Amino acid sequence: MIAQNIAFGVIAATMVGAAIRLVTTQNVVRAALFLVLVLAGAAAQFLLLSADFVAIVQVLVYIGAIVVLFLFGIMLTRAPIGRDVGLDNEQRWLAALVGALLLGVIVYVTNDAFGSDKINFGRIASAGHTTPSIAVSIFQSYVVPFEVVSVLLLAALVGSIVVARRD
Amino acid sequence: MTFAVVLHLAYWQLTIIKLLVVLSVVPLGALVLGYVFLMKVMAHMQSRLGPMDSGGLASRPGLRENPFLPHGWFQLIGDFVKFVQKEDIFPALADRWVFALAPAVVIMSTFLLFVVVPAGPHLIAQNLDVGIFFALAVSSLSVLGVLMAGWASANKYSLMGALRAAGQLIAYELPMVLGIMGVVVQAGTMSLQGIVLAQAHGSIFGFGRLGEPFVITQFFGFLLFLAAAQAELIQTPFDMPLAESELVAGYLTEYSGLRYLLFYMAETASAFAFAAIAATLFLGGWYLPGIGPSRQLADVIGPFVLGAKIMLVAFLIYWIRFTYPRLREDQLQTFAWKYLIPLSLVNILVTGILKVVF
Repeated sequence: MIAQNIAFGVIAATMVGAAIRLVTTQNVVRAALFLVLVLAGAAAQFLLLSADFVAIVQVLVYIGAIVVLFLFGIMLTRAPIGRDVGLDNEQRWLAALVGALLLGVIVYVTNDAFGSDKINFGRIASAGHTTPSIAVSIFQSYVVPFEVVSVLLLAALVGSIVVARRD
Repeated sequence: MTFAVVLHLAYWQLTIIKLLVVLSVVPLGALVLGYVFLMKVMAHMQSRLGPMDSGGLASRPGLRENPFLPHGWFQLIGDFVKFVQKEDIFPALADRWVFALAPAVVIMSTFLLFVVVPAGPHLIAQNLDVGIFFALAVSSLSVLGVLMAGWASANKYSLMGALRAAGQLIAYELPMVLGIMGVVVQAGTMSLQGIVLAQAHGSIFGFGRLGEPFVITQFFGFLLFLAAAQAELIQTPFDMPLAESELVAGYLTEYSGLRYLLFYMAETASAFAFAAIAATLFLGGWYLPGIGPSRQLADVIGPFVLGAKIMLVAFLIYWIRFTYPRLREDQLQTFAWKYLIPLSLVNILVTGILKVVF
């Protein structure tokens, strides 16, 4: 499991670095591109845990759709190249405080819930393909909640179109 | 007679070999398609003289029919030399990092496409059980590179081209995904290897000698895929992002030399990749009727069978490109949202019903 640990460390360090640059950069488009790096790192971590389906969904939905939509929106409105001084504001210390508190809560909760539990890679490897089991749980065990959520999303879509339409 | 070649390679040796093969497929595929279609076929269809004749020898009477003389293949060398010796220009106001990274992002998404395409029963870089889903996910990454290129160029034409390209790639991703769904439903798997095997073991009304190429049962899905692929590749009739009469060269306007060549290579290699995926999904991939998937021979001839099928699909893609004029931007979006997507939904419905009935 040494290789996995090294890979985890490298990816995690990249993610943290990209996340710091994401909030400190003074350019909206560059911030969105650093977000891509963070999300890709998350996908790579999923792959390390043998969760290939979730990793691919992460790439397809978050990078391929959501960040592209971000960029699309930014570029359609105002996206100057270079530093945008107006991006910095006076709330950075408050934001740092909130961030530190959030980190503390997450670290405490994770530590409290899992403690010294180890991920059982042998069991993951013997379980084989994860995609069919995801499909079975979504479309057999939890088909009713799944359909309810999709109706909710449809309602949200229709609602947003109604709100956005002028006539 | 068996062709058993038994090699025991460590995991890292195998990984390096796979990496090298995948890395070499992109330039090779781009070169083959670029030469055969973008030069020869286009030159013959549109009466372009340069790519048919350059090299001089072939224009002498009597030597024209000799296939070993340079029937225009000097053009390829000339083009390469031209790209390499050009100056690498950065626009003064460009965001240098993003500008330089954009071609790398586009070509990386093309490289990743080849990871899941099988060329034989054992010749596959990684047999993911979500193979086709993976291919669609990584092909959507090229939008990111296109947007980066257009924005970082600090040029209104580039930005307009990039926005058009992004809108187009997002719009046509849906009919592509939904068109493939029919095949996935019929094969019962998302693994590309599994889809090939399903076609090899299938039969048409009890006649199993040819297997069951899904182009017959999913002909409509095949057409949807070809239309969407044409738009995803940003080729005529869907090449508004690069419309030279309106936008100079769209998001490629500020690129020159090797960086432009990278974009060009990515485009041609993506055509190769989409042709490979279409050949695998609809034409049976590496499977040749008569040679069962369990035979060693299938691994030997697999790449060549797949190559022949790729050339067939690529010919269709380029034939359309060389024949039709450009659509208008709004016609493009209407075509995707009002026609292709509803039709692909109907295709899934019908396939699902037939799957349950039979």
